[in-house]
Amino acid sequence: MIDPKLPPHMRPDKSFQGLILALHAFWADKGCVVLQPYDMEVGAGTFHPATTLRALGPLPWKAAYVQPSRRPKDGRYGENPNRLQHYYQYQVILKPSPTDLQELYLASLEAIGIDLKLHDVRFVEDDWESPTLGAWGLGWECWCDGMEVSQFTYFQQVAGFECAPVAGELTYGLERLAMYVQGVENVYDLNFNGREGDEKVTYGDVFLQAEKEYSRHNFEHADTAMLFEQFRMAESAAAKYLEAGWEDDSKTRHLMAQPAYDQCIKASHVFNLLDARGVISVTERQSYILRVRELAKACGAAWLATEAGGTPAA
Amino acid sequence: MPDLLLELFCEEIPARMQAAAADSLKKLVTDALVERGLVYEGAKAFVTPRRLALAVHGLPAQQPDTHEERKGPRVGAPQGAIDGFLKAAGLTSLDQAKLATDPKKGDFYVAHTHKHGRPTPEVIGEIVPAIIRAFPWPKSMRWGKASAQPGALRWVRPLQSILCTFGPETEEPEIVAFDVDGLKAGDVTRGHRFLSPGLIKVRRLDDWMAKLEAAHVVADRERRKDIILNDAKDLALAQGLELVEDAGLLEEICGLVEWPVVLMGAFDPAFLDVPDEVIRATIRANQKCFVLRDPATGRLANRFILVSNLIASDGGAAIIAGNERVIRARLSDAKFFWETDKKTNATVSLDDRLAKFGNVTFHEKLGSQLERIRRIAAKAEVFAELMENRLKVADREYGGARSNFFNEVKLAANYAKSDLRTEVVGEFPEVQGLMGRYYAILEGMPASVAAAAEDHYKPQGPTDRVPTAPVSVAVALADKLDTLLGFWIIDEKPTGSKDPYALRRAALGANRIILENNFSFNLRSLLREFNIEVFPRAQQARVRELINIISPVRPIIEEVALTKLLRETDPESPPIIFNDLFSFFADRLKVHLREAGARHDLVDAVFALPGQDDLLLVVKRVEALSRFLSTEDGKTLLAGAKRAANILRIEEKKDGHTYEGGVDMVLLHEAEERALADAIAALGPRIEAALVAEDFEGAMGLMAQLRAPVDAFFDKVTVNAEDAALRQNRLRLLADIRALTRHVADFERIEG
Repeated sequence: MIDPKLPPHMRPDKSFQGLILALHAFWADKGCVVLQPYDMEVGAGTFHPATTLRALGPLPWKAAYVQPSRRPKDGRYGENPNRLQHYYQYQVILKPSPTDLQELYLASLEAIGIDLKLHDVRFVEDDWESPTLGAWGLGWECWCDGMEVSQFTYFQQVAGFECAPVAGELTYGLERLAMYVQGVENVYDLNFNGREGDEKVTYGDVFLQAEKEYSRHNFEHADTAMLFEQFRMAESAAAKYLEAGWEDDSKTRHLMAQPAYDQCIKASHVFNLLDARGVISVTERQSYILRVRELAKACGAAWLATEAGGTPAA
Repeated sequence: MPDLLLELFCEEIPARMQAAAADSLKKLVTDALVERGLVYEGAKAFVTPRRLALAVHGLPAQQPDTHEERKGPRVGAPQGAIDGFLKAAGLTSLDQAKLATDPKKGDFYVAHTHKHGRPTPEVIGEIVPAIIRAFPWPKSMRWGKASAQPGALRWVRPLQSILCTFGPETEEPEIVAFDVDGLKAGDVTRGHRFLSPGLIKVRRLDDWMAKLEAAHVVADRERRKDIILNDAKDLALAQGLELVEDAGLLEEICGLVEWPVVLMGAFDPAFLDVPDEVIRATIRANQKCFVLRDPATGRLANRFILVSNLIASDGGAAIIAGNERVIRARLSDAKFFWETDKKTNATVSLDDRLAKFGNVTFHEKLGSQLERIRRIAAKAEVFAELMENRLKVADREYGGARSNFFNEVKLAANYAKSDLRTEVVGEFPEVQGLMGRYYAILEGMPASVAAAAEDHYKPQGPTDRVPTAPVSVAVALADKLDTLLGFWIIDEKPTGSKDPYALRRAALGANRIILENNFSFNLRSLLREFNIEVFPRAQQARVRELINIISPVRPIIEEVALTKLLRETDPESPPIIFNDLFSFFADRLKVHLREAGARHDLVDAVFALPGQDDLLLVVKRVEALSRFLSTEDGKTLLAGAKRAANILRIEEKKDGHTYEGGVDMVLLHEAEERALADAIAALGPRIEAALVAEDFEGAMGLMAQLRAPVDAFFDKVTVNAEDAALRQNRLRLLADIRALTRHVADFERIEG
């Protein structure tokens, strides 16, 4: 149920930011640390170190955050009402996965105005795999009246390592959910700030120009020579930091896993840009994915040798 | 007699795994019970998205007692042997054993152990946890706190609770005591997630079914299917429409709901511009909804059927509205794709469209789609030529205009794969081919080209239609042979159950096309030519020369040597594989004929002859042979021919050489042997001529005339005569029979 004390412009079914705030309030109340987006370009909320790295190792972890996600190939010059090259994911990670995770998820839907007596919510098989992160999990896509509104995954492996314990991950497609609760057909018509009349700011006011500009950039102008070079640089920097980060020759403790992982994120995004520019052939594509995965695995191994990864200081 | 009820309650089980899981649970539990002496009267498994259950009816309250007799060592055996015996038999001293006597062994010990059967619940409490731990889910997972430890329980999705009761119908059943990873079996379950969320205490099956039904769960999968299908049909009927039935979709949907509520939605009729198949693919794949047909037009109606899992407080209005929105968005996409494709096809020439396939890899080692299309087109032209020669296509269907036929084949072969780059096929791969046909018609292509775009993929399965239009046949054969040849050359042949490129299906499909179109040609030499063409032009003459020298000797084995030889001069040389590939076709043909009811020994008997390289002729010969052997003449001649062959085998071994022809007419003393020799001399050339003319019925008719003289010969003439010259001459006569029958088939391989 939507908090009845909320003024109209703060309601999750009237305002895009209201939706985000309602999810923050809900998950903060369940004991999550509410984080801010990671300050790098990523393809999905999963790339945030608060998920990828924190999913590894034995320590408990609960976090929620919004992550702007970049999918260069999905740009449509602002002409498609449902597809964006930049959109928001709401990400929740709970480690170990609580036994009532499904109930928690359903309660969060009620908190943003989805009445479970009125709407048909279903858990439909959808196993998740990220070849670039060397990660996979089992779970569902969550349907509300036939529309996929979230991904629900029990991580089994990340960066090539078994998750022990397993973390539960929820990913809400914020624009889609907002369109649904606001009853809007075009993403650019979403009410962003919940105000009406002169004060109303739409999603289009905020992002339409950016979608057009970035589509041009992603498909036509992104400097491919520079990007190829950046990929190479990120890859070698990651290797360098990983090597330099070991405390000593015994390689039992690592002191620089996160900076190395930043380079892995960088390489992944640069690859996505190159892919959107159509300069990577089918065969090369596979080898780039493998190269990023190797970085992710090495970063995962380094993370497991840190304190937060479960290796206490000597 | 008591009943067992077991329910494993968990988070949503993937729909596609449910039916198999129910079968497995039933088999695993009942097998384990029977193995432990617990024979039951009946068992039924149930499955919904959230529960997997089993009821076993009529079990005994305990295992039957068992009596075991174990023979031990002889009296006075070493202490070690005696200790071992006591331990194995569970005895504490020899006083508990009995003595027995054996004439060979003397006195020895025997242990009689009487074991009381254990109470059934105790046995169940052991069986079930083990089955849960090792349950054969296609994919399983770990979860929660327990997953921090190795060896944690795995299940398809988190297992929430276990219900397990045992007891007779008239009494309060007991809870079977066991736990799995801290999850204790109880007598409590839950109803529908949203409609009846509370806990429910359950006694036994009927109680479980009734309480679940009251709690909005239809536990029986078949009943859920019936409800969905009947309600869907009723809703359709009320609108004067027909449900487009879809068994696969129904299977899936019944695994997504515990309480099916069937609703109908609508979409903008403007979307009906899009081909029906695309609308259906969109609605089915993405939304798991049924589509409806208007019986008046035979086309789809702008309605769909959705199956929800909720009795909504507004009667389903919000659910319908939500689904309509999603379907509207999906159909907008589909319509956009369809319009885009039409525009592209109208403005970009086929050549320019094909050029784009140069950037699309077909297979890493087999080049781009464009190269593949070019190869298929070249092969299609070869087939067109062959078909024209053998089937007189131009006369039959083109008023003698050969070039029209050839041009259409060429165009069709280049066009057939062009829909693979369209937006619609990119989104819905399952309508490939079909879209090619739609687009071809819109582009004003000849009808044969449009048909080939769809039909060259056929036949896809045993029940699929086999193309018969000449252009479709040429392109279909070219496509299938190109695929097979390509994967053979890069050595990606099917092995065991692995056939990722569906090569068996391709070969079987090609065989069926050849047979059903009465298309006779030498497949082996065609494969040989295709194989040679893969080599660089400059090398081809030498390859051909080498094949001529080596290959006929021991076809398949020599291919390896030949390939090695070629690679000595050019390490990049493709392999020689055509004989091996031909054998693959032959094997598929054997399987096909066997499944169609042909006798495998006859198929083998024909394939055993040299030069059986034309599949249609092989089949015709098998058929004629089969008919012949069902006649009295045939059966008797077969017996005679086999007798001749047997005698020869024995005598040839004795004499250390083979007999072959050269009968001396002067030495033919008996009337019967003269008659036989005359018959062979007269019939031999005529049989050969009939076979050359592919007149197998005629050949068999002539063979029938051999029966009487062969019969009479064996009746009256002694082959192993005392006179050595006579004996040799008669053996030569038998060799003539063997040689003559071998023109038709290898009779020694025929049973009977």
